Amino acid sequence: MGRSVQDSALSGISRRTVLKAGAAAAAFATVPVAAPSILRAQTPAVKIGILQPVTGALAHDGDLGRLGAEMAINEINAAGGIKALGGAKIEMVFGDARSTPEAGTQEVERMQAEGVCAIVGGFASPICLAASQAAARYDLPYLVDVGVSDQIMARGLTNTFRFSPGFGKVTQVALDNLTKINELAGKPAKTVVLVHEDGLFGSGLAKLLQAELPKRGFEILETIAHPTPARDMSNVALRIRSLNPDLVIPSNYYGEFVLLARTMQQQRIKPKGVYAVLGGAASNGRFVKEFPQAAQNVIDCNHWHDPKNPQALALRKAVEAQGKSFAYNVPLNYSNLLLLADAIERAGSADRKKIIEALNSSTFAGHIMPYGPTKFVNGQNEGATPINTQIQGEDIKVIFPEFFAEAKANFPAT
Amino acid sequence: MYSPQIILEAALNGLMTGAVYALIALGLTLIYGVLHIINFAHGALLTCAMFAVWVAWAWLGLDPYLVIVPLVPLMFALGYGLQRFVIGPASHGDDGNILLVTLGLSIVLENVLLAVFQSDTRTLDTDYSFQVVALGPLLLSYPRVIGLGVAVVVTGLLWLVLNRTDTGKAIRAVAKEKLGANLVGIDVPHVYAVTFGLGCACLAVAAALLMPTFYVNPRIGSAFVLVAFTVVVLGGMGSLPGALLGGLFIGVVESLCGLLLGDSLGQIGIFLIFIAVLLVRPTGLFGAKA
Repeated sequence: MGRSVQDSALSGISRRTVLKAGAAAAAFATVPVAAPSILRAQTPAVKIGILQPVTGALAHDGDLGRLGAEMAINEINAAGGIKALGGAKIEMVFGDARSTPEAGTQEVERMQAEGVCAIVGGFASPICLAASQAAARYDLPYLVDVGVSDQIMARGLTNTFRFSPGFGKVTQVALDNLTKINELAGKPAKTVVLVHEDGLFGSGLAKLLQAELPKRGFEILETIAHPTPARDMSNVALRIRSLNPDLVIPSNYYGEFVLLARTMQQQRIKPKGVYAVLGGAASNGRFVKEFPQAAQNVIDCNHWHDPKNPQALALRKAVEAQGKSFAYNVPLNYSNLLLLADAIERAGSADRKKIIEALNSSTFAGHIMPYGPTKFVNGQNEGATPINTQIQGEDIKVIFPEFFAEAKANFPAT
Repeated sequence: MYSPQIILEAALNGLMTGAVYALIALGLTLIYGVLHIINFAHGALLTCAMFAVWVAWAWLGLDPYLVIVPLVPLMFALGYGLQRFVIGPASHGDDGNILLVTLGLSIVLENVLLAVFQSDTRTLDTDYSFQVVALGPLLLSYPRVIGLGVAVVVTGLLWLVLNRTDTGKAIRAVAKEKLGANLVGIDVPHVYAVTFGLGCACLAVAAALLMPTFYVNPRIGSAFVLVAFTVVVLGGMGSLPGALLGGLFIGVVESLCGLLLGDSLGQIGIFLIFIAVLLVRPTGLFGAKA
């Protein structure tokens, strides 16, 4: 009985084998053109992890970050991939940080399991802090796209690099620029109210501003902290109204910035200027489009692309042609991907240690930010600097420094 | 120190926020007063109602306040069905089971919302979202003034339903003496379900009042339900005027503490007052004496 089953099975296998062999032979005989492409596809792709919060409170920012990274990857691949690796294409391994550090860490573990050679992204400081730490366990190169907290770079992690400026640098430049803009206008602003979110980013920034503003002749009337997410900004607006400052300096994420700007508009509070430092919405096309009245004349000192770089302008056009709003997340992620691809190209390998070495010695100038060639010192790009923008009409214009300016500052706001 | 005008304005803001807390607490206290169950699914049901308002606005273009008209019966039906066919049968009349069933229900509802809508935060924008009513020098948020008015009206209506209709009398009878009500021919499971439905209908109104200036994501209900539980206990468990006045009171305390201590610390005031009131009156402001 067992024998007969075996026999019939054997005969079955032999029939199938013949059929399979025939089919395979036919495939090779009839599709000879397919063979070279199959061979080419065998050049292993270079896997790069893109980590962004595309769900949760920071979803809008995460979407824009992903878009910037995707556009750079598509361009690199269309231009022939990584040439030093035989034209290897870049394959994006995407991770959703779901707007929390815990989820960001989980996604780093998944990306590690999927064999990425580097990770770019994180957006918010707490996510970058946790994700880069997780990546450090595997010597996995981690490029922070936005996360501004100085703590991220202060831990001495050899895998972590930041192409954009941290808030120490941003604050210093923001204060220098504010002083100059104020002087050029005949010093109309003397008193300030600081409004900040009470997390890592907002509190750290507020502390720096509190120490530095008085040295430059500004009087801080009050520092107001609020939680993220905030249910209401009525109280904050009331306090601003009672203090009647010349300047309001907010540092918070998109939702709270919009809520604050709209509540100030509702309560008819009109200071001489709203000067945001890393303002969550002040450099965001969505804010301008959805709430044009509340957004008018808001000045920001933030990450922004070089407005005189044709590649940057083409990118902005391409993003807007897709019906999406433009914000700094796009050029920053785009530039980070170009920087990383250049490092892999120079390393001639997707080996993590070699990529880290290549990043450390990077003098990459093919990005679209107003920075000059990169120079990493302890992982921080020393040449990175923010610039000032102002919402004028339906557009976000660069107003300072003069070398990059597209328009004159409307200050004090009229 | 702030000028009296600023303090008055903050107090009025708090009063208006408190009105919405009161509406949420109203449903919770009604369900507790009659069914004697602490409904852990209350926050998740509020989130469902908020998403319903958002969907009606985003997909059908309906004004959030107009959504109240279809949403109140829909939420009533949902609450009725949940009590009649899920919570009632699954709990087998045991209070401990009821807690677990409502807790489980909240987890299920939140995760269904998460699966359908992702964890994104969604807002809706209307012409009047940021309009103000100028009352002399005071500028009051238009949607919040409406919220305060509607909360008072809904409490009044609920009071009328409970005191002037046969259903209301049946509800009160079941709340006081379940067995006796059953003996005189009142359909107790039906009354339970109607009460649960009424509680959910209150949430429909609260959701419509919140959405013009607030946002929704699948977990947002928990941000309100903790305050609502506080309001219920503070006002006296099961007391309708207690829920209304407790809600308004908590709103004012939160707003003034936010103004004086900073927004991050504003919530502390709620719990300090809560503890202080319970020390003096353990049964809450309007609670029956133990």
